[in-house]
Amino acid sequence: MNTRTSCSRNKKFSLAGIRLTILIVLVLTACTSTTPGPVTSLPVATPITELRTLRVMTHDSFAISEAVLAAFEAENGVKVQFVKSGDVGTALNKAILSKDNPLADVFYGVDNTFLSRALTEGIFEAYNSPGLAGIPDEFKLDAENRALPVDYGDVCLNYDKAYFAKNNLQPPVTLDDLLKPEYKSLLVVENPATSSPGLAFLLTTIGNYGDPGYLDYWKKLVQNDVLVVDGWETAYNTEFSGAAGKGARPIVVSYNSSPAFEVIYAEPPVEQPSSAAIVSPKTCFRQIEFVGILKGNQNRDLAEKWVDFMLSKTFQEDLPLQMFVFPVNPQAKLAETFTKYLQQPQETANSEAAASPANIAAKREAWLKAWTEAVLR
Amino acid sequence: MKALSARLRSISFHYWLLWVAPLAFLGVFYFYPLVNILAVSFGRGQSGPVAPFIEVFTTPSLLKILGFTFWQATLSTAFTLLFGLPGAYLLARYRLRGRNLILALTGIAFVLPTLVVAAAFNAILGPRGWANLLLMQMLGLEQPPLHFVNTFGAILLAHVFYNTTIILRLVGDFWAHLDPRLEQAARVLGANGWQTLRRVTLPLLTPALASAALLVFIFDFTSFGVILVLGGPRFATLEVEIYNQTISLFNLPLAAALSLIQLGCTLALTVLYTRLNARLARPLSLRPRQFTLRRLQSWQGRLLAGLYLAALLGLLTLPLVALVTRSLTRVESLPDGSGVLAIHPTLDYYRELGVNRFNSLFFIPPITSIAISLGYATATVALALALGLPAAWALAHNRKAASSQVFEPLLMLPLGTSAVTLGLGFIIALDRPPLDLRASPLLIPLAHTLVAFPFVVRSLAPALGSIKPRLRQAAAVLGANPGLVFRYIDLPLVGRALFVAAIFAFTISMGEFGATALVSRPEYPTLPVMIYRFLSQPGSLNYGKALALSTILCLITAAGMLAIERFRIADIGEF
Repeated sequence: MNTRTSCSRNKKFSLAGIRLTILIVLVLTACTSTTPGPVTSLPVATPITELRTLRVMTHDSFAISEAVLAAFEAENGVKVQFVKSGDVGTALNKAILSKDNPLADVFYGVDNTFLSRALTEGIFEAYNSPGLAGIPDEFKLDAENRALPVDYGDVCLNYDKAYFAKNNLQPPVTLDDLLKPEYKSLLVVENPATSSPGLAFLLTTIGNYGDPGYLDYWKKLVQNDVLVVDGWETAYNTEFSGAAGKGARPIVVSYNSSPAFEVIYAEPPVEQPSSAAIVSPKTCFRQIEFVGILKGNQNRDLAEKWVDFMLSKTFQEDLPLQMFVFPVNPQAKLAETFTKYLQQPQETANSEAAASPANIAAKREAWLKAWTEAVLR
Repeated sequence: MKALSARLRSISFHYWLLWVAPLAFLGVFYFYPLVNILAVSFGRGQSGPVAPFIEVFTTPSLLKILGFTFWQATLSTAFTLLFGLPGAYLLARYRLRGRNLILALTGIAFVLPTLVVAAAFNAILGPRGWANLLLMQMLGLEQPPLHFVNTFGAILLAHVFYNTTIILRLVGDFWAHLDPRLEQAARVLGANGWQTLRRVTLPLLTPALASAALLVFIFDFTSFGVILVLGGPRFATLEVEIYNQTISLFNLPLAAALSLIQLGCTLALTVLYTRLNARLARPLSLRPRQFTLRRLQSWQGRLLAGLYLAALLGLLTLPLVALVTRSLTRVESLPDGSGVLAIHPTLDYYRELGVNRFNSLFFIPPITSIAISLGYATATVALALALGLPAAWALAHNRKAASSQVFEPLLMLPLGTSAVTLGLGFIIALDRPPLDLRASPLLIPLAHTLVAFPFVVRSLAPALGSIKPRLRQAAAVLGANPGLVFRYIDLPLVGRALFVAAIFAFTISMGEFGATALVSRPEYPTLPVMIYRFLSQPGSLNYGKALALSTILCLITAAGMLAIERFRIADIGEF
């Protein structure tokens, strides 16, 4: 606020425009120089040769342990720069629109519901990583290895244990159960158009009832007073009675890992989670996340190293506590918390023909439109 | 005489130069990315750029969305005006104890992320909120009687909650400097209170009133988070549908058509407003605040003012109180399954903010996040004032000038632009040196300035416009160059408005999330970005941390606003 002192008597007004421009330039450069420095406490090695930079584009939820990344950087003489670009869909759109001049060398985080968009738009280069050898085939959805599987998460119904105990009620076992009168007004789900677990649950119903049978099922769910909210945060934190927000609905669409994290992130520590996941056959949908080397990258060799690293045991074992997802590499061991509290579905809805990757690729948009018309409007 | 008029002409000749910097900024950081993304989007269509428009106007569900967007914005703006105007009047005409605190409290709402506001409202009106629990107990009900989330009422209430501060500040500030003698004269001449209001006060207030109403309307018109989170999936505005078409359905041509329609509506409204305002604005003798403020004398007056302030603070601060309380308490169901909730006070959530449990790379201690937010906000204030002041000055100098008529509506456009469209525009347009800003932290203050810029101009232009030209002319005749005229005439008269403008820029930057998330570098998260990170993870500890950080955001914002008020150098009183 030094406008008061900055105008000297002798200056001509015609200079004012120029002065303003200079001021703006100054402000802009000041921004650059006052930008807070790196705040992560990475071990700083004295660079003998100039470090190369590998750029990794990803979504908001990406996280990694400092030490795990530091080991990769030290081993390969590289500095990894992460570019986060919003939710999965937004990040993917950015990658697609910038494919002529990519923002990064590698893209991580596209999942099996968005995979077809990435492959159709041709943003990835194929890479037959040696790390793929040990990974079960069920995760490999791209035969050409342009997108390589890294992790998975199962979207399952969760229920509030206290509510069911208090009311002497059995939790639902099948999707059909959710239509029964005793479960009326108990379920909260997410809008599949704005939420990734919401879309996963829509695909679960499509796997179970086919197309167009799923629309009938949803109409009955609406009659049984299902609550549809915009996203996971509102459903889980606000409406679900088994989590922190203490809402009014005891059944929610979330992940099979959520109860384990209720134990991990409890204050004070608890022995048992307040919620549990339903993992009975065909009630869960498996989301698989992929990594790919972006076309037009500047560092193909480093990008390959990064992909190998993401499939390696070290990174795979780091995944669950950082990103709440699970390793596709069977050699990776899970922490004790998970073996104790995690319930794994034996059979997900993915194996049903209606929800096959090819079908998802072909009909994703049409399903979303039809669902919106049938359930919301 | 000839020399004088030549001199006056030469002053006005230079005024268009003031537009250079603001327009250059908008050109590079707004129009260039926008035109790029629209061109690319339409280019992806199979059947030319007209087809998506035909699709919009022949699809009933899209037409319904268009209608709903206007309808909810109109209602929200009307309620916000109804609720805010008595407050603007009170703050403008009466000495109130703690007026700065009242203003600061109402301003906090402006910065809170939607998810946090939803959580706060839910603590009161949600199915297990205080209000519902109380009513269930009193009336012996089984089910909560009040439904809040996923209702139209929630959208309206949240819009009033967010935007009342705009009315209080923009209208209240202008009103405070209106000469009360005009109204007094009308009363002396026999007009009753209603006539005075209708024939004297309202016409004088119109420029500020229209300015504020337009801003509120555009904010409501392009509403996104409130509609999604509080309105729920049944309601969609254009902005929500643009996001849906872009991200979920990847129909970029249709999204571009919707973006242009939203932009067209904003432009039409602004042009309408500009035309109206050019006719309505009149020079006034603004008075220092100490001459316009009175004490509340009668007990009826005090009672009414007290009731109104209670309602105002009730709506605007009860959710905040709920938020703060919740961040300091642990709620758990008793293990016996009775559904009874036990509540314990705790500081754990605050303590845990500084703990990096799993040594995550992107862990940021809260203090760093605060510093980052404040850094961005400071840069935004500086940039928005540096660009907004010349624009407002040029605008105020001659509203009827061709340059003002053309440029003024342009300033408002960024507010009417879809965040997701512009965000993608940045990615494809600013991708080559010297402007390769795609991964630069610089994008954040730039994006925030785009949003804050119209507010700065709106706060300043009415005040600058109401300065009598005679004052400037007199100074010019006495030998002052335009710089000196500005220094000794305009600046002291608008010092107060300058601070209103700075506060808007500051709060917008502190609370902005949509654009920030789109261009965020994970090493430099702002407070709202950190809050969303915690909210998107399961576990009561993460939820508590999100609320604790939201409380910190409220406190920092309030402190920032109070500090800016303190720095006030030149109220009109110094003149």
